[in-house]
Amino acid sequence: MTVASTTLPTSLRSFSNAQIALACVAVALCLTIVQYLGLLPTWLHRLPEAIIPNFAAVLDAVFNFVKDDLGLLAFTRFLTEGLEWLLDFSANIFFGKRRFPNIGPVPWTAVAATAAVIGYYLGGWRLALLGGGTMVWTALIGQWEIAMQTMSVLAIAAPLAFVIGLSLGIAAWKYAWVDRVIKPVLSVLQTLPFFTYLLPAVIFFKVGPTAGAVATTIYAIPPMILMTTLGLKKVSPEVVEAGKMSGCTKAQMLRHVYIPSARTEILVGVNQVIMLSLAMVVLTAFIGMPGLGAKLLAMMGSFKLGRSFEIGVTIVLLAVMLDRMSKAWVIKLPEHFERDTPIWQKHSMLLLGLGLFIGFTLLSLVVPFLAEVGRGQDFSQGKELDNLIKAFLNIEWVKATTGFLRAFLNVQVLIPFRNFMLSIPTPAFILLVAAFALALAGRREALYALVFFSLVALSGWWDRAIITLYSVISAVSLAALIGLPIGILASRSNKWSERVLLVCDTAQTFPSFVYLIPAIMLFGITDVAVIFSILVFAMVPLTRYTIEGLRNVPEEMTEAADMSGATRLQKLWSVQLPIALPTMAVGFNQAIMFAFFMVIIAAFIGTQDLGQELQRTLAGTDLGKNFVLGICVSLMALTFDLTIMKWAADKKRMLGLQ
Amino acid sequence: MTAENPVISCKNVWKIFGPDPEAFMKTMPEGMSFEEIRAAGYIAGVKDVSIEVHKGEMLVIMGLSGSGKSTLVRCFSRLHDITGGTITVEGQDIMSLSEKELIDLRRSKMGMVFQSFGLLPHRTILENVAFPLEMRGQDKHTRRERALEVIKLVGLEGREDYFPRELSGGQQQRVGIARSLAIEPDIWFLDEPFSALDPLIRKEMQDEFLRLQQMLNKTIVFITHDFDEALRLADRIAIMKDGAVEQCDTPDQIVLHPATEYVRKFTEDIDKARVVHAGVLAQAHASGEGEPQDAGTTVHDMARMLVNDTREMIPVHRAGVSIGAMSRKAALDVLLGGDS
Repeated sequence: MTVASTTLPTSLRSFSNAQIALACVAVALCLTIVQYLGLLPTWLHRLPEAIIPNFAAVLDAVFNFVKDDLGLLAFTRFLTEGLEWLLDFSANIFFGKRRFPNIGPVPWTAVAATAAVIGYYLGGWRLALLGGGTMVWTALIGQWEIAMQTMSVLAIAAPLAFVIGLSLGIAAWKYAWVDRVIKPVLSVLQTLPFFTYLLPAVIFFKVGPTAGAVATTIYAIPPMILMTTLGLKKVSPEVVEAGKMSGCTKAQMLRHVYIPSARTEILVGVNQVIMLSLAMVVLTAFIGMPGLGAKLLAMMGSFKLGRSFEIGVTIVLLAVMLDRMSKAWVIKLPEHFERDTPIWQKHSMLLLGLGLFIGFTLLSLVVPFLAEVGRGQDFSQGKELDNLIKAFLNIEWVKATTGFLRAFLNVQVLIPFRNFMLSIPTPAFILLVAAFALALAGRREALYALVFFSLVALSGWWDRAIITLYSVISAVSLAALIGLPIGILASRSNKWSERVLLVCDTAQTFPSFVYLIPAIMLFGITDVAVIFSILVFAMVPLTRYTIEGLRNVPEEMTEAADMSGATRLQKLWSVQLPIALPTMAVGFNQAIMFAFFMVIIAAFIGTQDLGQELQRTLAGTDLGKNFVLGICVSLMALTFDLTIMKWAADKKRMLGLQ
Repeated sequence: MTAENPVISCKNVWKIFGPDPEAFMKTMPEGMSFEEIRAAGYIAGVKDVSIEVHKGEMLVIMGLSGSGKSTLVRCFSRLHDITGGTITVEGQDIMSLSEKELIDLRRSKMGMVFQSFGLLPHRTILENVAFPLEMRGQDKHTRRERALEVIKLVGLEGREDYFPRELSGGQQQRVGIARSLAIEPDIWFLDEPFSALDPLIRKEMQDEFLRLQQMLNKTIVFITHDFDEALRLADRIAIMKDGAVEQCDTPDQIVLHPATEYVRKFTEDIDKARVVHAGVLAQAHASGEGEPQDAGTTVHDMARMLVNDTREMIPVHRAGVSIGAMSRKAALDVLLGGDS
């Protein structure tokens, strides 16, 4: 190595990236073969324990210093009190926790009616039905209280994330240095596994709703920052100049020109904040936040599939409702009224909503069922559904299919693949990853890959990291095998593209947690269930971006191909796919990021990877270990992110698509 | 033109874009060309421009895209800070103004119309037009009254409560014009106001604009890339190329005596007879006989007379007073495109 490092800088320049990548692969191959022959010294196969630095202990010391000596804990505990007050307030309104202001809970019928009116205002009858229907379902199925526990945290965390995200977004847009500081932090935050958000939240903000709200808020901030900056940058220069020529001061510019003009992007940010908050707030079940997530966790833990399914439906309905309504708000534009429209007509929706709210609140005083669906009054079919699902899974052919898939995938594909990946010596693996980055992206990305994976090796969690990676790679490969053909087929007709995109859109709004339900139903507690849940989750962006990439190929190009006498297959292969590839790569990248996210959640099913260790840290106060594990996941994900996005950007520039 | 002080006067104005324009400007050798500056990594948006705009005059700045015309007008209102030279507006060096003074100047003296209208999408027509008034803190009632007044002026009555997206392009630009007039500015900047419109609408808006100008008599700087439009509207035209002014003169003079090859190319396909007036052709010390022509008549309008008449010299009057006579042959040369 020492010889190589001294001669490297001069000799490197004379070789192309491809040649160096090839050399790396060759070295890696040799190492692996030597290992298979049993000749490789163990210290080359895996880093010896002795040289692995104890990052966790160092981090712990740092945390303790910040926490106690710098008084951060005292500060956050102080914040906790304020937050707790807010959460108690919303908890009282939503589900009647006995705290100030002691007026809740709001009757479910009043909420449902209001939701329906908001839905109608934003998007007509369909959204009214969705809004009202979701609430009615939630109440009648007997999940009102847990759903409102979830919503009460969401109602605080999402606005908080919005305000913080908006302010940081404005700051990043205004001051270049803030942007420079925030950018890398955001990309790390977006790849950090959510367990790594949870533990610090618990330590600094007390177990329960406060920690849940903090973790949720932090998790939901990044897209808000990005969308705000994007929107502000996109404001047309003429509008800005018009503002200046109208004599706006700086504050007036921001308030009257920039922010209203960036309305669309800011509202898209709001939509993302809401969706991420919901996804996260469900996951905070892992740190003991009561609500839908906790119930789902408990039900799945005791294999009560019927109830799990019902909760899953509630979560999905809530997600779809929030998503559709916030999206409708994005495209809802102000409308003018004719002159002399009476005031009550201008605000008819507001009045209707208020009227129904008050009406149902009063009515529920008389009819208790309208205020609260009591025990035994609900229409939950948990038991029956449970039997139904289990009976279905016991049908001969179903059982045979899942059994076969399970056995085949496990024995023939997954386990051999995993063992193979584990058998590769650490240095060889790092070289392979670096070669991959070098060939696809460039020397900078290769260097990142080298450094990042070496850090993972030094963390001492190499085997678990490789198992995590194995889950990700096998799930994404399988997802590509299924998702790409679906995307290609669907892109052939307008109708099918729209349908499949709608499915993808809807599926993307589901909080990741619910993807575990079908996986467990079909495959029980096995590796296949883990892979399956990741696969379904990762397939969504793959299919979606394939369709979008193919549909966005300029028409002249496909027409030119047609006129050149290309067959469908030729057209696909030599015109459409090459042009769609950069877009598809973005989808591929997102699939990998989703997979890294999901594989950690799948720890719940039982895995042997980093996620499992991470989940274990939640029980204690092992902040150092928690961070080391989280950073490992983040570093691996970042390597792929940097490499693939660079490749896609290069490709796009080459094709002149930007 | 008039002897009074010009409203806008700029001397040796430079606007350079690039990493460190001030430093570059200081070290830049004299007489560097646009290409040489570009090779050094800078763009000369405005290159050594000296020009004056007089009260009540309409100066049209004409040039192709990238010629620096929009940059120049943005220097006048200090939307861009200039790199070198001085610009004075009504005797005040605008580069020396503080931010507050600059805002006050824009709030009270300047109006601007933009190519893509620059309307605020979330505000109604009324609120858009009242925007500059709102910014300077006028109360709601007077704001509304004044805005309605200008909306009526541009012929958009009854559309006050619409949103910009609900109007056609021509109507949106009327809103832009109304907004720029709301504060009753003395100086009116129009940056390619009609370029984004269809040809038919463009013609209609030009007529409308001339009507407004006749009523309001403002000092106007009008930007266009359309030579016909420039000829139609201008008192004087400044033709720009690569950030520099190639020629600045009346339409007649530009058509008759293009200063550079570049300007000549523009005038080539122009029907000169529709641009050149009798007054320009008149030689002060010459005299002619018979029926006089008015100085404001175009050669085109005199065509029949020029062909049928036999006089050598034709007297020219302005407002009934003789200003000399024009040679019939010279006028015929303009009409028929012969060499003069």
